[in-house]
Amino acid sequence: MVRQSSVVTGQTLASGNKAAKSGIPLKIEGVSKVFPGRTRAIEALRPVDLEVAAGEFVCLVGPNGCGKSTLLSIIAGLDAASQGRVLADEQEIKGPGPDRVLLFQEAALFPWLDVQDNVEFGLRQAGVAAKERAEIARHFINLVHLQSFEHSFSHQLSGGMRQRAAIARALAINPVVLLMDEPFGALDAFTRDSLHGELETIWSETGKTILFVTHNVREAVALADRVVVFTPRPGRIVREFRIDLPRSRSLESHELVDKVAEILEVLKETLVEQEELHGEGN
Amino acid sequence: MAKATEIASASTKMCGQARNFVLGSWIRRLVFYVLLLLAWYIVVSLNIWPSYVLPGPGAVFSTLVTGIASGQYIQASLVSLQRLAIGYAISLVVGTVLGIFIGRYKIVSETVGSLMLGLQALPSVCWLPLAIVWFGLDEQAIIFVVVMGALFSITLGVDNGIKNTPPVYLRAARTLGTRGLAMATQVILPAALPSILNGLKQGWTFAWRSLMAAELLYVTLSLGNLLNTGRDLDDASQVIAVMIVIIIIGVAIDTLAFSTMERNMRERWGF
Repeated sequence: MVRQSSVVTGQTLASGNKAAKSGIPLKIEGVSKVFPGRTRAIEALRPVDLEVAAGEFVCLVGPNGCGKSTLLSIIAGLDAASQGRVLADEQEIKGPGPDRVLLFQEAALFPWLDVQDNVEFGLRQAGVAAKERAEIARHFINLVHLQSFEHSFSHQLSGGMRQRAAIARALAINPVVLLMDEPFGALDAFTRDSLHGELETIWSETGKTILFVTHNVREAVALADRVVVFTPRPGRIVREFRIDLPRSRSLESHELVDKVAEILEVLKETLVEQEELHGEGN
Repeated sequence: MAKATEIASASTKMCGQARNFVLGSWIRRLVFYVLLLLAWYIVVSLNIWPSYVLPGPGAVFSTLVTGIASGQYIQASLVSLQRLAIGYAISLVVGTVLGIFIGRYKIVSETVGSLMLGLQALPSVCWLPLAIVWFGLDEQAIIFVVVMGALFSITLGVDNGIKNTPPVYLRAARTLGTRGLAMATQVILPAALPSILNGLKQGWTFAWRSLMAAELLYVTLSLGNLLNTGRDLDDASQVIAVMIVIIIIGVAIDTLAFSTMERNMRERWGF
């Protein structure tokens, strides 16, 4: 435990965790999910294959109910796949691990803890000593610009500040992969835009691999190296788009708007296909 | 700068208003109680009832002072409070463990949980006859009644709190590496705290009431017993004086223990 924790400080405080990683941080092999429904089983996810490279920023987009959140939850180890397996750094995952942290649409800060204790929470679970915990937490609270709010409680923060605290809490345990499940979905447009900028900065400074779920195509194109498009019921991948636009991207640029239109077109087509399919089924 | 001073002065003004408001409510309260005492005094001086049936405020006050000065009331309070503390502590431990199991496991909830709900409907002093049969007329029986008073409220408070905890807290804790016992002590229980606090408060109220009811039957010195002695001696001023002691203890525990905890929790949770 002690050895592990000194790695945390060493990487995050000194070198900013830019070290190149060996192996593929995430490999998803034929992962599917079937929920046992009340009357009949519901197929949430068709077998999905996906590889995410070290330091890559991948967005999963698709309409609600396409199983993208389910996939994220399986990768986080919070849900079991019905079939297939997830490899993290070549190792098959069995449950949650400190290499992968999931963030939610609600920040899910613990209301009984202040910001400082929330950010320290994962370190406490890992058995990191109090002094070191405080130091690491301070570093990440500064990184998300929440200094002077260390002793505030969740209800005293705005929605955007809560999400920033949640990001600091996740980064504190030094994961390889950040799994973000529509983290900005409940925020107003201004806050969302400013958080995009912050997330991009954090990503480039820490070199994390990010898998980001959203149904907002503009958000996906603004942030991602690669956009993976899902169709709903049952969820499967229809297409992938590589986004090579230079960063940081303006939401108004023609290239970005064109890309968004292209992806939306694909989404619309698959939805129409889906409806026709269902129509025949009935 | 100008804006900052403006805000500062506005906030002092608001503080001033709040202080006036609090002060006003204290004055209104004081006036009410003075009027109440006055009404009591007037009714007594009309001499409708003999003084051993309805004593005046002066007589009750002097009984109270004598009772406290002689050490009798303090002794009795300590006996009652000790029973309360022992019974409540047992309920707290057993209730928390039971509540966690009922809240976490569906099968326990469907079986033991339903039993708890049923038993809560029974006023706990109803356990006294059974307790006397089992334990005899002694400490164990009375502590048993106190336990029965607090146990179900505490259990159901913990259970409710666990069932109403948003699952996202548990998921967040798991993804941050929480496992095993730490999940219960660092996540499940703290998340359930608002509801647990309600259960604790209700449990204490029930325990206190059933203790007083049970003590009426006991011959050893205690608050409930003092009430009964007052009745035996046709001494209404003792009965009222002891009632006042019981009220004071109740209010003190309410404000010192529970209101403090509640205020603390509100500050954190924001409600």
